[in-house]
Amino acid sequence: MTDQLDEALSREYEAGFVSDVESRTFDPGIDESVIRRISAMKEEPEWMLDWRLKAFEMWKTMPEPDWAHIDYADIDFQAISYYSAPKSMDDRPKSLDEVDPELLRTYEKLGIPLVEQQQLAGIAVDVVFDSVSVVTTFREKLKEKGVIFCPISDAIKEYPELVQKYLGTVVSQKDNFFAALNCAVFTDGSFVYIPKGTRCPMELSTYFRINELNTGQFERTLIIADEGSYVSYLEGCTAPQRDENQLHAAVVELVCLDNAEIKYSTVQNWYPGDENGVGGIYNFVTKRGICHDNAKISWTQVETGSAVTWKYPSCVLKGDNSVGEFYSVALTRGAQQADTGTKMIHLGKNTKSTIISKGISAGKSNNSYRGLVHMGKGSSGARNFTQCDSLLIGDKCGAHTFPYVESRNPTAIVEHEATTSKVSDDQMFLCQQRGLDPEKAVSMIVNGFCKEVFKELPMEFAVEAGKLLEISLEGSVG
Amino acid sequence: MLKINDLHARVAQNDIIKGLNLEINAGEVHAIMGPNGAGKSTLSYSLAGRDNYEVTSGTATLDGKDLLDLEVEERAAAGLFLAFQYPVEIAGVSNMEFMKAAVDAQRAARDQEALSSSEFLKRAKAACKQVNLPLNFLKRGVNEGFSGGEKKRNEIMQMILLEPKISILDESDSGLDIDALKIVAEGINSQRDGERSFLVITHYQRLLDYIKPDFVHVLAEGKIVKSGGPELALELESQGYAWLESYDRTAQDGEQ
Ligand SMILES: Nc1ncnc2c1ncn2[C@@H]1O[C@H](COP(=O)(O)OP(=O)(O)OP(=O)(O)O)[C@@H](O)[C@H]1O
Ligand SMILES: [Mg+2]
Repeated sequence: MTDQLDEALSREYEAGFVSDVESRTFDPGIDESVIRRISAMKEEPEWMLDWRLKAFEMWKTMPEPDWAHIDYADIDFQAISYYSAPKSMDDRPKSLDEVDPELLRTYEKLGIPLVEQQQLAGIAVDVVFDSVSVVTTFREKLKEKGVIFCPISDAIKEYPELVQKYLGTVVSQKDNFFAALNCAVFTDGSFVYIPKGTRCPMELSTYFRINELNTGQFERTLIIADEGSYVSYLEGCTAPQRDENQLHAAVVELVCLDNAEIKYSTVQNWYPGDENGVGGIYNFVTKRGICHDNAKISWTQVETGSAVTWKYPSCVLKGDNSVGEFYSVALTRGAQQADTGTKMIHLGKNTKSTIISKGISAGKSNNSYRGLVHMGKGSSGARNFTQCDSLLIGDKCGAHTFPYVESRNPTAIVEHEATTSKVSDDQMFLCQQRGLDPEKAVSMIVNGFCKEVFKELPMEFAVEAGKLLEISLEGSVG
Repeated sequence: MLKINDLHARVAQNDIIKGLNLEINAGEVHAIMGPNGAGKSTLSYSLAGRDNYEVTSGTATLDGKDLLDLEVEERAAAGLFLAFQYPVEIAGVSNMEFMKAAVDAQRAARDQEALSSSEFLKRAKAACKQVNLPLNFLKRGVNEGFSGGEKKRNEIMQMILLEPKISILDESDSGLDIDALKIVAEGINSQRDGERSFLVITHYQRLLDYIKPDFVHVLAEGKIVKSGGPELALELESQGYAWLESYDRTAQDGEQ
């Protein structure tokens, strides 16, 4: 079977088309003037520009991290364009009728109709195309409940108090190299505010698309769940198929106040590059949430794309009795590399965290789980449970686990379980003997392996994720 | 139905099946007995098309269709079913979704209309009851944490749902308690309709008490060395395989 598996590792990347829209794109390179231009394009207030410039100064002194189990060509930060937007967005369309039909077609092709009537009931979408938010649906309807869901560039102007109060409080400007760069040049992303005691009446989602060549996408998302509120948020991402690597360096901050709950799900399907590792997105992302008393943050991610993934959605469990969860499926194939996991920082009493990580490696890919569980001095009675499973398809791929535990409190309990298994010849033969073709057989076995994570996704997306895995595995058996 | 002619097969460079002939007609039940390591499982894997089980010469046809030319899943869709001697687990994949996918795939391959979910569910529940497994087995992962006997009954349930033309049962009776043995036998008997055929591999007469075979064959050293009616199984039970050695030698001498 191994021979079969090695064969034909070419997969169709369905989202790999390029949209023909005329764009206004900055020349490659970064310096202070570029940051001033971005800020000016966005008509930002002074404080925002100052904040960016401060981050830029920090970034210039910071080294690029090199501790992850990934290997990639040096990124030339002067060869990247830091801003690109369709010309049709020069005058922000007021409604969908004014949006460039080519843009609408792009999203339709990706299976995300933007016309509200055609959408899945109960899901509001913010779509970000290269550096700008194209449209945010159901904005008015959400406003009736006091829920704010809009592009972050709008929020900076319309809700400056909220943005100033929380931006950079979870992921500081100097948190890490890529976060600092993001602070300096971020272009768009989503802003969410759920008022006290409100259950957000629909799922919120953001769809990120990189289209333009040689541009980086630096989006920034800020979600604030006020006391006792609840929101479920989903992000999806795709990019055209190109031979050049492209950089995606996002920052997501979640603020979960007392008794609030945020469920954040990601289905990441950036272009992964070809079997030989040519092209694909470099995905360097900082995602972190802070939980106040009795609050809960749940991260669920299904990572199938990107040439390189460097991503550790984390929870700072500051409040007593707060809960952090991380459910992850990371699939790598071809020459993809993923170094992903989470950090659970237990500071409050009786804080609880659960980590379920499922890594699937095929082809000659490398898949690493890296997780930190920190039990602070004040974390009396805190508990963590970590389960980390790896599944290998074929014998040229690698799976690695790097768990770190720091415990400063003797009453805190940390449990870790890890398994590694292979898709066995016996399982393949059983499936085929019952009539399934080899591709269906692998996707069924892999789906079964991921079940614990998929059940955490909102219904519609669980189905999507299953299909995505199926497509991603196409051609991984001979 | 199934016609095997002068079949030779090898595993890992070892010749295991060495010139095997067997013909099973529609509606017949054949039993194969034989010592450990004789090649019984190898025969069933070779017919099903498992990787690394290489047929070096000979033919095998099902209703005239050349089986050896088909992929594993195509042989399954053509109507060949194998109940495994050692069923494997597939964690996280429920029995139900597994069997639904299998039935759908086979029906599609045969250009049959797909079963509706409700029709499938009805059949799955009935099959589950028939082998006396609680209905929650449909929701559990394929063989995940099943006891040895439960796994064997689960194989029979799959056979009932797939309605194959020819079912090869590789020691479906081993490891079963008396009640389970009856259940498995009844499961098989319920599928005998004069059309569908069975090749039952077993070491014990007791299964054949419940499933009356039309023919009994002895497989030793890669070929059928003796064939007879149900009474042959009784003889083997009382005398073992040693008394067959002379037949074996005569057969080989005859060829030289
Ligand atoms: N993968 C393999 N590599 C090497 N030898 C093998 C392999 N598979 C089977 N064999 C050998 O082939 C011979 C036949 O094995 P097989 O499993 O068909 O016997 P069997 O008749 O089913 O025995 P049992 O009654 O114990 O189930 C044995 O000697 C076995 O060791
Ligand atoms: Mg055997």
